[in-house]
Amino acid sequence: MGMTDTVPAGAHPEISFYEEKGRYGGIFSWIFSTNHKRIGILYFVTMMTFFAVAAVLGVLIRLELIAPGKTIMEAQTYNAIYTLHGVLMIFLFVIPGLPAVFGNFFLPIQIGAKDVSFPAINLLSWWLFLAGGILAVVSLFTKGGPIDTGWTFYAPYSIRTETNVSLAVFGVFLIGLSSILTGLNFLTTIHRLRAPGMTWFRMPLFVWSLYATGWIQVLATPIIGITLLLIIFERFLGIGFFDPTKGGDPLLLQHMFWIYSHPAVYIMILPGMGAISEIIPVFSRRTIFGYKAIAMSSLGIAILGYFVWGHHMFTSGMSVTARVVFSFLTFFVAIPTAIKVFNWISTLYKGSIDLASPMLYALSFIFLFSIGGLTGLVLGALAADVHLQDTYFVVGHFHYVMFGGTGFAFFGALHHWFPKMFGKMFDERAAKLAWGTLFVGFMVLYFPMFALGWHGMPRRYYDYLPQFQSDHVISTVGSWILILGLALMAINLLAALWKGKKAEANPWGGTTLEWQIPSPPPPENFEEIPRVDRGPYEFARETV
Amino acid sequence: MSTIAAGVATTGHEKHVSDYIGAKVGMWLFLFTELLLFGGLFLVYSVYRAMYHTDFHTAAKELNVTLGAVNTIILLTSSLTMACSISATQRGNRKLSILLLVMTALFGIAFLVNKYFEWGAKFQHGIYPGSDQLGMRENGEILFYGLYYMMTGLHGLHVIVGVLLFSVVLLFLVKKKIHQENFVLIENSGLYWHLVDIIWIFLFPLFYLIT
Repeated sequence: MGMTDTVPAGAHPEISFYEEKGRYGGIFSWIFSTNHKRIGILYFVTMMTFFAVAAVLGVLIRLELIAPGKTIMEAQTYNAIYTLHGVLMIFLFVIPGLPAVFGNFFLPIQIGAKDVSFPAINLLSWWLFLAGGILAVVSLFTKGGPIDTGWTFYAPYSIRTETNVSLAVFGVFLIGLSSILTGLNFLTTIHRLRAPGMTWFRMPLFVWSLYATGWIQVLATPIIGITLLLIIFERFLGIGFFDPTKGGDPLLLQHMFWIYSHPAVYIMILPGMGAISEIIPVFSRRTIFGYKAIAMSSLGIAILGYFVWGHHMFTSGMSVTARVVFSFLTFFVAIPTAIKVFNWISTLYKGSIDLASPMLYALSFIFLFSIGGLTGLVLGALAADVHLQDTYFVVGHFHYVMFGGTGFAFFGALHHWFPKMFGKMFDERAAKLAWGTLFVGFMVLYFPMFALGWHGMPRRYYDYLPQFQSDHVISTVGSWILILGLALMAINLLAALWKGKKAEANPWGGTTLEWQIPSPPPPENFEEIPRVDRGPYEFARETV
Repeated sequence: MSTIAAGVATTGHEKHVSDYIGAKVGMWLFLFTELLLFGGLFLVYSVYRAMYHTDFHTAAKELNVTLGAVNTIILLTSSLTMACSISATQRGNRKLSILLLVMTALFGIAFLVNKYFEWGAKFQHGIYPGSDQLGMRENGEILFYGLYYMMTGLHGLHVIVGVLLFSVVLLFLVKKKIHQENFVLIENSGLYWHLVDIIWIFLFPLFYLIT
């Protein structure tokens, strides 16, 4: 609260939240700020740091796999690197990515509020996030060496390995706590702080997706929390919950892990879908097709997501009945997902499409996510999965969903909202070039994985038979193109911060509330709380 | 716990208008997460109870039902004093409210002391996770005691947090920051305490009574 108290709302309507004078100066004006916009930027900076580290680790994995046998690192190093790549990417980028950065920044603005319901808790969740991330990195350099279990921490290996599992797992526990608090905060904010006239069905779809995500964060994350604590207690006390010699069942850990981690994949993707639902109407100059269907399908995905975790364990030794039921239920998730895709496509129909960079990301999201989703159905089918489980097909599938889906949605949202967040315009031609490079690199990197997996290349292996090498070489070359695309994008956006043109309030012609206020927004967003009298995407009333 | 504290202090940036319902919504969501946190352990309990029902039966006989029952009575009474303390604040009787809150905290401490003796006696008999003596028993008994320590331990941690929370609330009451018009913090602490109570209501029969 401290910072905004000294600048009464309306006293300096022309200043942005960057210029606001608060209780603290310098870096403390950021790391102790409870302003949702500053917290959003804090998350953005921290997250991009972890993302850069994890991306470099990914390139190293690919480089090792360019030839059979040892190429650049030892097998144990390789195990540690793919584990850390997974942990950093999943827990520090993909899960918190869109809610923590764009949710924090835009949720209050889009519903016409001055901040979230609990600003102090919001700051606390960033600190927990940072602490968790740092612990995960510290675990690399402490006694025992880097964790080598894979990001899924399956027992009994995670209980028995000598590496520093406990510290890394505790880091993930803190990140989970941070995620719970963010979800709790968003849910309360959406229930309590909507501006007058902002009815449930006038909320932007990004807000709807955060609402569904919030419920998953609150209702699923505690399960992983207790599971991680059990792993730590197992390691220190040897209780035996997951140890067959003491009567425990290692499979139970897998169940508990996926009871959270399957709903969590919807924490990862739903806000991405929400961001896409914002970008598509703006760049087709058309109201969204099937608003209610998209909003409700977010809730549908959130609910169905709880009942399908078993499809991660088809080859783990569950009963046949359980496998058949989980396989059957898995196909239902495709329905709400397809509802969204069809509605986005219908929105484009007869729209006045502007292929600006955010739109290119959005369209490639639909393309890549559809490939990821459809290969997911292949894996959801019991018979096919027995063949494909733990092969590169799975690796290809989740990179299409997580990177082609959430990652592209994140970068699309970043380009869409960059002018609003930073008040600067980026170079559009360079942005398109970066997108093109990224897209080509993505396809070259991940598409061969489907072929590799289909032919039987197991995931996480350090060495492989010579017959797989050609596909591995293509994939590794793809990783270079992809990293080049990421670098181009980073350079372009950094350059925009330095010498970009000043952004207007509404550079893209959007209709939601964030485009009605200056770029970057003033400290308390609105001089007075707006009254809302229409839906979020009514372009007909705008003079476009 | 910060959930509650911040819930009172901040709603948007309007310092003096606190969102009573918002603070309650936040607290209830937090309670859901607590239920699910324990829910994971109840899940493990039910799986192993089904697998090793005879071992669970034998192991449960060794727990001291009297101590468990006394603790149940202590916690239930503390929930009553907590509820009365909230009512006293709402009616503007600050002194009574403080008295009842202190009683609640003392009940919480009494519960912990009781638990200390109970755990201590088990430790004396060499029954604790990873001990040689426990290792020689049946698999189901090892798991029973693992769950016993894990679940009552996590519950005990919540009791400690509750007592700490009460001291904060007490300070606020004394400083008149909690009063007849602004009582959401003490009310939310009460909700938390009832949750701790309810979880014990499930733990007691599951470990002590079903034999």
